[in-house]
Formats: sequence, structure tokens, C-alpha cells
Amino acid sequence: MEYFLQQLINGLTLGSIYGLIAIGYTMVYGIIGMINFAHGDVFMVGSVTSFILVLIGGVSFGLSGNSAGIIILLALVLVVAYAMLVSSVYNWTIERVAYRPLRGSFRLAPLISAIGMSIVLQEFVRIAQEARPKPIQKLVTGGYELMSKQVGEQTFAVTITNMQIFIIISTLVLMTAFTFIIQRTSLGRAQRACEQDTKMASLLGINVDRTISITFIMGAMLAAFAGMLFFLHYTETDFFVGFAAGIKAFTAAVLGGIGSIPGAMMGGLLIGIIEVMWSAYFSVEYKDVAAFTVLVLVLIFMPQGLLGKPEVEKV
Amino acid sequence: MSDVLLQGTGVETFYGKIQALKGIDFEVRKGEIATVIGSNGAGKSTLMMTICGTPRARAGRITFDGQDITQMPTHEIVHLGIAQSPEGRRIFPRMSVYENLQMGATVNALKNLDEDLPKVFKLFPRLEERRNQRAGTLSGGEQQMLAIGRALMARPRLLLLDEPSLGLAPIIVKQIFAAIKALNEEQGLTVLLVEQNAFHALRLAHRAYVMVNGKITMTGTGAELLKRPEVRAAYLEGSH
Repeated sequence: MEYFLQQLINGLTLGSIYGLIAIGYTMVYGIIGMINFAHGDVFMVGSVTSFILVLIGGVSFGLSGNSAGIIILLALVLVVAYAMLVSSVYNWTIERVAYRPLRGSFRLAPLISAIGMSIVLQEFVRIAQEARPKPIQKLVTGGYELMSKQVGEQTFAVTITNMQIFIIISTLVLMTAFTFIIQRTSLGRAQRACEQDTKMASLLGINVDRTISITFIMGAMLAAFAGMLFFLHYTETDFFVGFAAGIKAFTAAVLGGIGSIPGAMMGGLLIGIIEVMWSAYFSVEYKDVAAFTVLVLVLIFMPQGLLGKPEVEKV
Repeated sequence: MSDVLLQGTGVETFYGKIQALKGIDFEVRKGEIATVIGSNGAGKSTLMMTICGTPRARAGRITFDGQDITQMPTHEIVHLGIAQSPEGRRIFPRMSVYENLQMGATVNALKNLDEDLPKVFKLFPRLEERRNQRAGTLSGGEQQMLAIGRALMARPRLLLLDEPSLGLAPIIVKQIFAAIKALNEEQGLTVLLVEQNAFHALRLAHRAYVMVNGKITMTGTGAELLKRPEVRAAYLEGSH
């Protein structure tokens, strides 16, 4: 039971990160009907950018796990703001150069272009930053022991680290803010309008191109945030982290029902939990297999996902 | 200063290689109701969409209040004051009725929302009853009301109505035509109306065009066309 609880906490942490990335997939799919396969690499760019900044902070300003909590928090705000900016510029540019010119051509074209952009980003970062993994010492340390149990000679303690608390709470805050934007603001309404009927949205005066650009920027910001969390939590990043994380987040988006934002959040948490449970009870080596098995099963038996669009539209 | 609000000269539109509009000349003057009648596939809806720049005219010129809008992006054309209730209604099915109406007021940045909403609800009380319902669950007639209401929320200078009577019960058709007439007479709203229901449309219209196969074959006042035997034979037999 204690073991299970510990894994659940770990799963929620990982799932939060997947959920944040998955929103980017699902929003872009909702609005232009394509999978942005470069999105995982935008996450990677956010991750590597925050690594660089944290490194600079450590070397130039003595930022480390021993710094005061408030300093660390302040530093992370600056780091994530810059990482969001960089990722947004990348994702915005990708849409402008690789997808927009192909809009209205056959469906596979932007998909192929997306895979191309994914390779471009990976190779660019590999060459610019070298291929070896980039480790860093833990920045957010400490944690709480929730309960413990005596098992023979040893005690097994269920703990939640400060980093995990930070990940879960910031994800919660971010998703709430995000849901508010989508549901309650005129920007969100314009995005939903474009998602439901692009041509009609333009007939009502919505600048569709701009709305699509903003959607890519919003997705990139969430991915950059996830990138920073990922790198802080695992204290390591490299040019290839976007691949596995990207495909799992994509799986999460499909599981939740592609196009559905609450679905993406839910799918992310589920995939995180499934992956961690699999690793805990079966085999760590095959944890990726677990996630992709879910993808295959969902595509075969439930292609509309958990919260996919159920409504039959009157014609 | 001329009183021509919308004018098209030699407008040609293509879908791929297929030519849908074959050189159309038309005008709509300020404060009048103009109508285009014609059978299915004549190009009426294409004309409405071409005015809004989607698809764009491949040849010819369209001006709105003296300004050339032929090459303008759709959302900019709309901001000049053209609102359309399009063919097939195209309401946003996964938004509430209220949100759909808000979308209509987007061009004015929702500035007149509180003032205009009661007017639309007065025109179509059914919409007020279903204010918070998802638009996709409305009946066809209610969706049509919503599409027209949404267009009115934009406070247009020119209202484009594509087949507002399609799929509606006769009593509601009467209501809608009465509403169009009232808007025109009381507020001086300029309307371009496309209809298969030629009898109603011609009775209402100050200016009318008959469209056949992407060309305009006849033009005159509504009353004139109503009297023409060819119009009666082609569009009015058995109707009304």
C-alpha cells in the first residue's frame, strides 16, 4: 500500500509534465487539424534553454540548492520566462515557415514537414550544445515524509519532495489559468471558434492566421514550462529528451481525446501513472512499451479517446 | 458621393478549374434590400462568399462604399461592416447560444453587447430561452435564427443573408422576413438576400437579380420581376 502510494505520487509528477506538453499537441490539432510532431522538440528547446540559464546562474551568481528558497524561486521565474520566450519564438517560426505555406495542400504535407522540423531542432541543438547529457546538481531540495512502515529491518517511507510539490502545484495553477483563458476570454473564444469552423470565424472578423500563431505560442509556453520542470526533476537534459516525452505526451493527447484540452490533462496524468506503475511492478526497461501499448489499444478500440467530441452535429 | 454601398463589376470566381461566377455585375444601394434569386447551384452562395473574399474573385472588382475590397483578407472586409448569415448556418455547435452571439459582436470588441443582445432576443425570443444551451443541440430553425442574430450583433452596414428561410416552418419564415423588413425600414439597414423562396424575396426587394449558371440573366425591381412570365414560370410556379 505504501509502495503504491509512493508510485502514485511519482506518477502524478511525471503525468503533470506529460499533461503540459499534451495540451500543445491537442490545441494545435484542434485548430488546424495536424499533429505538430516538432512539439516534443520545442519542449526540449525549453528544457535545454533552462539548463543553460541555471548553469549561468550557478557559475556567475552562485545559484545552488543551498541558496535561500526565495532566491531559487525568483531565479526559476526568470529562467522559465526566458525559456518560454525562446520556445515561443521557435514554435511561432516553425508554424510560419513549415506549416502555414502548406495549409490547404494535401493532409500529409504538413505532417512530413513537422517531422522534418523535429529533426532540424534535434540536430541543431545536438550540434550547438553537443550530444552528451547535461547534468546539474539538484536545485530544489528537501521534502516531506508522509508515512513510514517497518518492513523487517528496514523502514519504507512514503515521501513527497519539494520538487514534486512544486511540479504538481505549478501545473495545477497553470492549467487553471489556461482553462480560464480558453473558456472565459475573447482570445479563447476566438480559438474555439477557429477550432470549430475556421471560415466562419474569419467571416466574423477573427484574424485566423494570428489566432493560429497565438495557439502555437501558448502551446510552446506550456511546453517550455514542462521542459524546465523535467530538467529540474531529473537534474539532466539533452537534445533527445523531446522525442520520448513528445511521443508520450502525444499518446496522452490521443488517450484523452485529441482536440480536448481537459482530455489532454487527464491523459497526461494517466500516462504518467501507467508508466510509473509499470516500472514499479513489472520492468523499468519496458516502461516505454507500456505507454505505446496504451497508444495502440486506444487507437484500435477507442479512437475518439476518453473525452473526445461526442456530440452529433446537426446538418 | 454616391449612394452605392456595394458594387461588383465582371466578378469571376473559380473552384479549382470550375468557374462558378462568370462575370457578374451587381450593385446594392444604401438603405435598400437587394435579392438574388436562382435555382440550386446557380452560384448565389458563391457570390455571397466572394463578396467576403473567401474564395477570392479571380477577375473583376468589388467595392464597398467606394473602397476596393477585392484583394482584402476576409477578416478586414468584415471589419468594414459586412456581416453574413451564411449558407448552412455555420453556427459554432460546441458553444452556447450566448457565446455564438458574443462571437457576432467580436468585430465591435463586444462594445455594444449589452445594448444589442436584448434586441436580438426580442426578435427571436426562442434564443433567449435557450441562451445557455449548446448551439449544436438547437433545432434547424433555431440555428437559423441564431445565425441571423449573430450577424445582427455585428451591427453591420450591409447584411448578407443566405437562404434565411431554408428549413424553417412557414410561420417562422414569415417572422424572419417581417424582421428583415422592419430592420430595413426602421434602421435603414442595407440587405443583400439570397433566396430560393423567390416569392417572398421579390416582394421584399427593391432591387432583384436572377442568376442562372453563374451569370445574371435578369434584373429589375422586385415588383417588376414578379410580373415577368419567365420568372413566374421558372421560380414561382407552385410556390407561396
